[in-house]
Amino acid sequence: MLFGVATAGILVAMAMALTRALLGPTVYDRVLAVNTFGTKTVLLIAVLGFLTGRPEFLDLALVYALINFIGTIAVLKFFEFGDLGLTRRVEREAE
Amino acid sequence: MEALLHALSWIAVIGGLFFMLVGTFGVLRMPDVYTRLHAAGMTDTMGAGLLLLGMAFQTIIDMMHGETSYWLVLVRLVFVYAFLLFTSPIATHALARAAIAGGVVPWTNEAGES
Repeated sequence: MLFGVATAGILVAMAMALTRALLGPTVYDRVLAVNTFGTKTVLLIAVLGFLTGRPEFLDLALVYALINFIGTIAVLKFFEFGDLGLTRRVEREAE
Repeated sequence: MEALLHALSWIAVIGGLFFMLVGTFGVLRMPDVYTRLHAAGMTDTMGAGLLLLGMAFQTIIDMMHGETSYWLVLVRLVFVYAFLLFTSPIATHALARAAIAGGVVPWTNEAGES
């Protein structure tokens, strides 16, 4: 019962985050929405583990938290510099 | 004792859901990316923290019912929260910095919108 309520609430929050990701308007809004969506996915995986009586799912939540963070940073770096740092390294080495 | 733990876990989960829904509503309603970042930050600390606290109370109840190996689940809950606690501010900071570098002008209420 408790975890059913938690799952429903998290799903509603995920739908709201997805709406923001679709609405935009800038790319940073979309990245922010996807990042919060990922945090909610971590919590959803953890809650689903408890809901089905298998708390081992928390391992998956741990891995997803790390992947979500790395993915956000990588996408942001791409949008901040237009690449992942390769062209600037090539320019530095050419000087 | 068990009834108390049940009540505490209900309070924690409902509180966590409240903070999470309010924070996501802020992400949906705030006017620009910087104000939305502020709303999203609350989701990660209070929302996730209280939800994981509620799960921890349930795990303690399971341990009282003889699932002695569930102390590892408690450790994992602490780890999930620790990762969120470390990565969320870094992601927020990187997003704000990328938005500034990308030329997004912070919203001010000069037009007098309500």
